[in-house]
Amino acid sequence: MTAGHPRRALQLVQNPERLHWHDQAVWFVRQKRDIARSFVPEWEELRSLASQIKAHALSRLPDYLEQFESRAKAAGAVVHWARDADEHNRIVLSLLRERGVTRLVKSKSMLTEECKLNEHLEAHGIEVVDTDLGERIVQFRREPPSHIVMPAIHLKKEEIGALFHDELGTPEGLSDPKALAEAARVHMREKFLAAQAGLTGVNFAIASTGGVVVCTNEGNADLGTSLPPLHIACMGVEKIVPSPRELAVFLRLLARSATGQPITTYTSHFHGPKPGGEMHIVIVDHGRSRILARPEFRASLKCIRCAACMNTCPVYRRSGGHSYGVTVPGPIGSVLARQRDLPPMPRKSFRAQWRDRGRAR
Amino acid sequence: MAARDEILAKLRAAAAPAVELPDLSRFAPVTYPDLRERFAKSVIEVGGRCVFVAGSLQDELAKIPEFANARRSVSLVPGVEGNVDLTAVSDPHELNDIDFCVVPAEFGVAENGACWITDHGRANRAVCFLTQHLAIVVRDLVHNLHQAYERIQMPGRGFAMFLSGPSKTADIEQALVIGAHGARSCTVLVTS
Repeated sequence: MTAGHPRRALQLVQNPERLHWHDQAVWFVRQKRDIARSFVPEWEELRSLASQIKAHALSRLPDYLEQFESRAKAAGAVVHWARDADEHNRIVLSLLRERGVTRLVKSKSMLTEECKLNEHLEAHGIEVVDTDLGERIVQFRREPPSHIVMPAIHLKKEEIGALFHDELGTPEGLSDPKALAEAARVHMREKFLAAQAGLTGVNFAIASTGGVVVCTNEGNADLGTSLPPLHIACMGVEKIVPSPRELAVFLRLLARSATGQPITTYTSHFHGPKPGGEMHIVIVDHGRSRILARPEFRASLKCIRCAACMNTCPVYRRSGGHSYGVTVPGPIGSVLARQRDLPPMPRKSFRAQWRDRGRAR
Repeated sequence: MAARDEILAKLRAAAAPAVELPDLSRFAPVTYPDLRERFAKSVIEVGGRCVFVAGSLQDELAKIPEFANARRSVSLVPGVEGNVDLTAVSDPHELNDIDFCVVPAEFGVAENGACWITDHGRANRAVCFLTQHLAIVVRDLVHNLHQAYERIQMPGRGFAMFLSGPSKTADIEQALVIGAHGARSCTVLVTS
């Protein structure tokens, strides 16, 4: 948990009706996961395999990244490396500037949230449109996502209706999710058609083929990359899987764990640019090498961002994602955020530090 | 030092202990007694429609109201007629008003209703996402994603995807809405 969490949680905690509503909404998603896993008899074996594959990939990360880079280049992509968020943001901005891009559509990427890319690009005059519906909603509200899979889960449909009335001119009082989603579809179709570049995150990067895999339900990553000539894909170093066959393990787990679906609607495999286009891949460290060097924290790099831990956590459910004050909230977010605060390489193990801290009290 | 070399050096120095890659060939995932039945159920679960085609594809498509009423349609399936010639389209933006698109898939996956669709390097793959309604024509089925990836020859260059049902979102109070940005309906036509 981060400093100030109890204070920031007050907003939800002091409203029992809303607290209960949020708790139930999030728990409902966790229950959908449980139903989905009940149809997969080898579920626990899959989880164990996934963990071993990630441990293996992390143990050979530099080799796999080099292999990925050379195969991605062979497929026609340009590969960039960024030590930190600032370097990542500079690379993306210069790619856009060099091509005169002023209108960018984005699909969901927690990495770019972590790097505060939108703010950087907007400060330099680029229109950034988040195209995942939940992300667009929180972008309109000028607030970060409160959940990494369902960014607007903290909002009620009436609040979204009022927001869309202001932003999109929907009729006052309209709060039917279907009608609101339709208004967003029409609004965003215009943005897709006008975009000069599309940016996506990366769910998995395949070392043996140089491809990247992006999972969405809405189809926003696919519209965003198949219309404009430029596709920028941003990934953390830990997204590597050795080969396509390991994807089967992760894809069987990801959507079932996240939303209870057997797979996302779109699971897109990009190998290089579309004909006549350009594809740029930005590989980002931003503290990940430091995490890898810390045996106590290394396992956190295995996370595939399914958010099942958030949906399960009684604290998250009853305090809301914004109370954490970090990009990735909830249990895994508390681990990821904490390790960024810690000094790079402590002489003492984390356990010893913790013990000493206890003694000092 | 360049960013690339510095990052790789840091990752090498981090030296996570060697861990073997697990042998997936010894893994026995779930299979189904009736492949076609399971596939059809999965397609319906993900919001699609599944039709087993006995006669002609064109006849079967004609029964789909969205196809019958389509003003502009595209077909990438040999023997199925659309009224827009994709090869004559120079800019994918021109495809925004496509009502119906028929695409072939290499195979379908019974466990999740997904179909493996490749663009074979074509520039106009946007049509699959811009179209209001979609039909997928598939013959071969596999049980699960493991079998799927054993079968897939990843393109050296190009785009390919698993597509499972119509575009959807549940971002507003988790109410499932079909037709987010992409196809509003998805009919899978299984041939034999």
